[in-house]
Amino acid sequence: MNWIAAVSIASAALAVAFGAIGPALGEGRAVAAAMDAIARQPEAANTISRTLFVGLAMIETMAIYCLVIALLLLFANPLLK
Amino acid sequence: MISPLVSPVLFHVGPIPISEPVVATWGIIAALAAGSLALRRRLELVPSSTQAAFELVVEAVDSQIRDTMRVDPAPYRAFIGTLFVFIFVANWSSLVPGVTPPTARLETDAALALLVFLAVIWFGVKAGGVRGYLATFATPSPLMIPLNFVESLTRTFSLLVRLFGNVMSGVFVVGLVLSLAGLLVPVPLMALDLLTGAVQAYIFAVLAMVFVAGAVAEAAPESPSNERTPP
Repeated sequence: MNWIAAVSIASAALAVAFGAIGPALGEGRAVAAAMDAIARQPEAANTISRTLFVGLAMIETMAIYCLVIALLLLFANPLLK
Repeated sequence: MISPLVSPVLFHVGPIPISEPVVATWGIIAALAAGSLALRRRLELVPSSTQAAFELVVEAVDSQIRDTMRVDPAPYRAFIGTLFVFIFVANWSSLVPGVTPPTARLETDAALALLVFLAVIWFGVKAGGVRGYLATFATPSPLMIPLNFVESLTRTFSLLVRLFGNVMSGVFVVGLVLSLAGLLVPVPLMALDLLTGAVQAYIFAVLAMVFVAGAVAEAAPESPSNERTPP
């Protein structure tokens, strides 16, 4: 195994690990705010949860990007050809 | 380990390679079309329980379109409903042994995202004409033209990557756990995968609605049918 492969594997793990931190914090804040809003205004729960789901999907995409980068490094690395 | 980024080719029709997600997609299309035709043949004014259940699905799609886009759902029901039902069935097709969901492959998701990209242009042009639709790129000011243009491409790309990443990672994790731990251990993960699949189908449909509604409302702002009511 040459050093490019070793660095690719390590950076794939790093990408997923650090890429998950930001979205996790963001999703936590979003869910907390939605819970707060539903507790204050239960009759708006439908609208709030629909918007929450879409927002969570948007935030989650950041982590998914990191996952895709990690998979590219592991399975489709252009430097390892 | 098999890369999740390539699709295994099953057979060739002439020079065209037919890969495994294409065959799975054909199977889903055939199942959905046969089911819809069989259901349509026995439509009654007083619905049977099956018909009532499917009417509930149509009502749910309609109410989601009405809530999200704040317009009459009729012109968008076919497109949005088909997107939702297809992605939902495709994500849950992992329940059938031996089937990888076609949405866990990059190509299927790219096709679906491309459909949304084209539908935004189609509905935008239909609402405001070619001039009206092109003028939406210059809102709020002509300085934003490059940014709006890039945005319409990147949001299509993010639709594609979101669906692919979520479904593929579910399949991938189940495969990993199965190879490490064996029978029955991945069952909770598969249940989580089904939940993610349903949520992603819903989100894909909602985002398609949001993009289409944005194009329609900006292309024809004077029409009273898509006037936004304050929340």
